[in-house]
Amino acid sequence: MADLEVQVQAQAGVAVEDGPAIELEALGRNYGERPALAGVSLKLAYGETLVVFGPNGAGKTTLLRILATLLRAHVGVAKVFDESLPAQAWKVRGRVGFLGHEPLLYRELTARENLRYHARLHGVGPERVEELLEAVAMSDRAGEPVCGLSRGMAQRVAIARATLHAPELLLLDEPYANLDPAAIRLIEPLIGASAGRTRVLTSHDPMRDLAEADLVLGLRDGRVQLLGDAAEIGSEDVAGLYR
Amino acid sequence: MSRTVGALLRKELLVELRTLESVPGMALFAVTTFVVFHFALNQSTVSGQEAAGILWVTLLFAAMLGVNRLFVADADQGGFDGFLLAPVDRNAMLIAKALALLCYLVVLELVAVPAFGLLLLGPSLGQALPGLLAPLALTDLGLAAIGTLVAALAVRTRARDLLGPLLALPLLVPVVIGGARSSSELLAATHPGGLQARWLLTLGLYDLVFGLIAYAVFDFLLED
Amino acid sequence: MRTPSLRTLSVATVLAFGFSLSLVFFYAPIEVDQGFLQKIFYLHVPLAIVALCGFVIGGLLAIAHLRTGDQRWDLRSYVAIHMSLIFGVGVLLTGSIWARASWGHWWVWDEPTLVSFLIVFLLYATYSPLRFAIEDPERQARYASVFAIVAGAFVPMNFIAVRLSASYVHPRVLGSTSNLPGPMALTFLVSLGAMALLFATLCSYELAAKRTRILLKSRSRILGYQ
Repeated sequence: MADLEVQVQAQAGVAVEDGPAIELEALGRNYGERPALAGVSLKLAYGETLVVFGPNGAGKTTLLRILATLLRAHVGVAKVFDESLPAQAWKVRGRVGFLGHEPLLYRELTARENLRYHARLHGVGPERVEELLEAVAMSDRAGEPVCGLSRGMAQRVAIARATLHAPELLLLDEPYANLDPAAIRLIEPLIGASAGRTRVLTSHDPMRDLAEADLVLGLRDGRVQLLGDAAEIGSEDVAGLYR
Repeated sequence: MSRTVGALLRKELLVELRTLESVPGMALFAVTTFVVFHFALNQSTVSGQEAAGILWVTLLFAAMLGVNRLFVADADQGGFDGFLLAPVDRNAMLIAKALALLCYLVVLELVAVPAFGLLLLGPSLGQALPGLLAPLALTDLGLAAIGTLVAALAVRTRARDLLGPLLALPLLVPVVIGGARSSSELLAATHPGGLQARWLLTLGLYDLVFGLIAYAVFDFLLED
Repeated sequence: MRTPSLRTLSVATVLAFGFSLSLVFFYAPIEVDQGFLQKIFYLHVPLAIVALCGFVIGGLLAIAHLRTGDQRWDLRSYVAIHMSLIFGVGVLLTGSIWARASWGHWWVWDEPTLVSFLIVFLLYATYSPLRFAIEDPERQARYASVFAIVAGAFVPMNFIAVRLSASYVHPRVLGSTSNLPGPMALTFLVSLGAMALLFATLCSYELAAKRTRILLKSRSRILGYQ
C-alpha cells in the first residue's frame, strides 16, 4: 500500500512545499442576499489539521465545499496548494479527497462497482479498489448494492471512495458521524491523524476532535467566532459557539 | 477524455441494467401508444404522412420518459458531486449521457418500429425499413443532444418532471418536422417513394447546431 | 427611482407612437385587396419583429452574464425576455384577428411566420417556470441564462425549419415588406421605430422597478427588518 501511494504521489508531482497548504483571505459566499460565509482568513500548513466547529447552518459545509472546488467563493481569495480557486480548480481536484454528508455513491451499484467507477475517473487501477475495500473491512460485502448497506457501512465505502487517489488534502464533513468505535479505529490510518495528510474536518464533538487539531476555527452564522492554535483553545471555548 | 466518457457510460449502462428504470418503460409506452392511436383514430392501418407522424410523435413522447430520468440518479445520489471532484473534463458527462440516451433510443426503436409495422402500418415495413434507418438515426442524434441538455437544465429544479417535456417539445419540433417529412413517402400506401434528402440535410444541420450549443453551455449547468 | 432618462424615454415613446398612429390612419393609403383591415399590419409586424429581437437580445445578454458572471446582465436578459413574451401575446392576438378577417379562421397553419412564432412563444413560456423552480439565486440566474442562449439560437433555426416545411407557397401578404409602396414603407418603418422605443421604455421601467426592489430588500436587511 505504501508503495502505491508513493507512486500516486509521484504522479501528482508532489514536492514538499514551504508555503501553506490552504490560504484563505476574507473568504465569503452568499446565498442570495444572506451571507452563508463571510470574512474567513486563515493559513494551514502542510500536514496540519484544521478542525471547524459550529452549530448547524454556521457555514462549515459551505467552507468545505469551496475548498473541494464544488462551490465558488463570491468574495475573497481561496488558495489550495498555492493554486487559486476557482481559476486553477482543475489542478487541485485530483489532490483533494472529499467526504461529505452524502456518501456520493450510486445506491443501485455495488460498493465495488462504485469504487471502480471513481477509480477510473481518477485514473487509478482496480487493484487499489481491492486494497481499500480490505482497509475498510468491506471486502466481503463489496458485491452488494449500496442501498442494502447500513449507514455506517456506506460511510466506510465513502471513506474508501474519498481516499482512492491518495489525496494530499482531506476534507471531512463530520467523518465519524455514523461510525462505531471499532470502525473509527479501522479508518484511522486512512483519514485519521496518522494518515499524515493535511486535513480539514468539521465536528460537533470538542472532546474527541480538539485533540486532533492543530488549528481550530469556530463559525457562527457564517462568521468567524474563534480562530487559533489548538493548544490555546479549550473545549469550553468551543462549547460557547453553541450557546 | 475518452477514458472518462468510457467510465461514465459504463456506469450509466450498469445502473440502467440494474434498475431497468428507463428502457423497458419507454418501449412499453411506445407499444401502448400505438394501441391507443388505433382506437383514437379508429383505423386498422395507417400510411404515408399519417404513419410517419404517428411513429415520430410516439418516439418523441417515449424519449421524453428517458430524458426525464436521465440525470435523476446523479442529482439525488450525489453523482454530480462525485463527478465534479474528479480531475476530468466536464463535457465528458454531456457526451456520456448523450451516448447513453442514444443507446436507450436505439433499443426503444428496435422494439417500437417492428411493433408499429405489426400493429398499425399498412404498407410492408420490410420495404420501408432500409430507408427509415437514416431519418431514425438523425432523429436519435437530435433527441440525444437536445434531450441531454434539457434533462440537465430541468433536473435540479423543483418541477423537473414537468419542465423537461415543456422545454424539450418546442425545441424538438424541427426534429419531428425533419424526421416525419423525410419518411412520409417511404411509408406511402401506393407507389412508395424515396427519402427526401433536403429534410435529412435540415435534420442533420439542426442536430449539429444543437450538439455544439449543448457542448458550449453544459459546463454552466454543473458548476455552483 | 424616476431618473430623467426614464422620463425622456416615456415622452419620446408617447410622441413617436402618436406620430406613427397618425401616419397609419391619415397618411398610409388603404390597401386595395384587404381594405382598412390591412392597417393591423402596422401593429402586428412591428410587434413580432420587436418581440423576436427581444428574445435574441435576451440570449446575447445571457452570454454576457455567463462570460462575466455579473448578475446585472442576467437581470437585463430576464427583463428583455419577459417583455418580449408580453409583446408575443400581442403578436398572437393581432395575428389571429388578421387571419380571421382575411381568411375567415382564427388560426391558419399555412402562414409559416406565425406558426414559427407560436412555437417560439411556447418555448419561452417555460422561461419563468424554469427560473422560479430554482431556489438558489445564483444557480437560478445561471440556468436562466443557459435557457436564454439555447432558446435564442432556436429562434432563427426554428424559423428556417418551419419555413421549409410550408409545403405550398402561400401568397405572402403578411410580413412582406420588401416591395411596399413608398408611403406604406415609411409608415411601417416609423411604426417599427415607435414599437422599438416602447419596448425599450417598458424594459427600462421594469429594470428600474426590479433594481429598486433589490435595493429595498438589501436596505431592510441591513436595518434588520427581516
